[in-house]
Amino acid sequence: MSIPGTVLNNPEQTGARERDLISEVQRGQHELFYELVRPYERRVFAAALAILRNEQDAEDAAQEAMLKALANIRQFRSEARFSTWLIQITVNEALMRRRRERTVAMEGLDGHRSGRGEEEHEYAPRDFADWREIPSEALERKEVRMKLAQALGTLDRKYREVFVLRDMEHLNIQETAEALGITVASVKTRLLRARLMLRDLLAAGWKQGWFSRLPFEKGNKPW
Amino acid sequence: MVENQKMLNCEQVWRETSSYVDGDVDAALRSTMDEHFRTCQKCASVLAGTRNVVQLYGDERMLEVPAGFSQRLEKRLGKRLTPKTSGASRWSSWSAWLVPVAALALIVGGLKLANTLSFKHPVKSILAAPGHDIPPDLVVVVSAGSKLFHVPGCPFIHDKATERTLTAKEAIQDGYVPCSRCLRQYLKTGLTEHSGAEVASEEAEEQHELLSTAGH
Repeated sequence: MSIPGTVLNNPEQTGARERDLISEVQRGQHELFYELVRPYERRVFAAALAILRNEQDAEDAAQEAMLKALANIRQFRSEARFSTWLIQITVNEALMRRRRERTVAMEGLDGHRSGRGEEEHEYAPRDFADWREIPSEALERKEVRMKLAQALGTLDRKYREVFVLRDMEHLNIQETAEALGITVASVKTRLLRARLMLRDLLAAGWKQGWFSRLPFEKGNKPW
Repeated sequence: MVENQKMLNCEQVWRETSSYVDGDVDAALRSTMDEHFRTCQKCASVLAGTRNVVQLYGDERMLEVPAGFSQRLEKRLGKRLTPKTSGASRWSSWSAWLVPVAALALIVGGLKLANTLSFKHPVKSILAAPGHDIPPDLVVVVSAGSKLFHVPGCPFIHDKATERTLTAKEAIQDGYVPCSRCLRQYLKTGLTEHSGAEVASEEAEEQHELLSTAGH
């Protein structure tokens, strides 16, 4: 499905166009910058939101990150993916804001609830219902998207950040580790826990009827 | 990473489920896990649920932005870009005016300053005083080598051989100033800015000069 603001369907064409845009902006055609970043604005916002947990702050951080990307566009090297570079700038901006705005109290609570000790303990899944593949059409419903977002919002910061960067921003493990300044092993551990926790959270929600209006065959639940 | 284990328990499988979904396990482990999933309903459920989570959250539709986000972003980027492009021409048009205006301000300021420095202080010497209320038709005498004008017969006319007579008005127009001796009465009123001490001091000085000159 074509989504406004997402990457074009043909990856080769998209890649070539993006390379051209980057070169032109680097040569000083800054008015083309918005065209260059427009496909990634959703991802940039999501990355900032995962860290800041406040839409207004996330939007400010996203805008600032875009401006910083523009200011530093000459430093971008084509060995990296432009999207990854952009997301990393966003993560840095959001982390910097969080430090600056002293949301330490909130983070302290997060850390207390799921500190290193807890991370070292294995997370055991709680729900063993027979899951089946959830059709992507489910995401057409705003209610479902909201439930998913709410479930994500209940995760502690360190799990949420890794999950968003890895599974929503599609950074690889190494890139996620670099962006957050943590080890690859920590990324893997946190990602596993985040996925298993979300799985349990969503299983409980689906049992409460989130998908009751979906066009499944009568009496045949998706799990 | 679990290595060389033909049989895995459920906890070991859960630990590797995330890497399995990412395709980040070696062939041997994958094979062992595949076997486990075929025979363990719980672990198969964990695997299916994890895949659903990755698939659903990985969808672009989960990346929602607030209403108006794109417009606000574009506007902010535009604000950053605008001053750099049209700002240059705006600056050049300003600078075209700025240079002469600044030069004019400097000139006026300089003149003002010079004027202030030159005329703010009162005239120090009675000899340089322009005089005050001198009758314009008063007959006065000037001579070469001096810029003073005198009443006829003044003993302080320097070069009597070059003496010439004219009116006070003409003398003033020619740049002459009244003699502080013979025309003193016109100078005192013109020196109102002098302090009393200064005037007294100058009077004493002149008196001394007059006496010594008379002595010659």
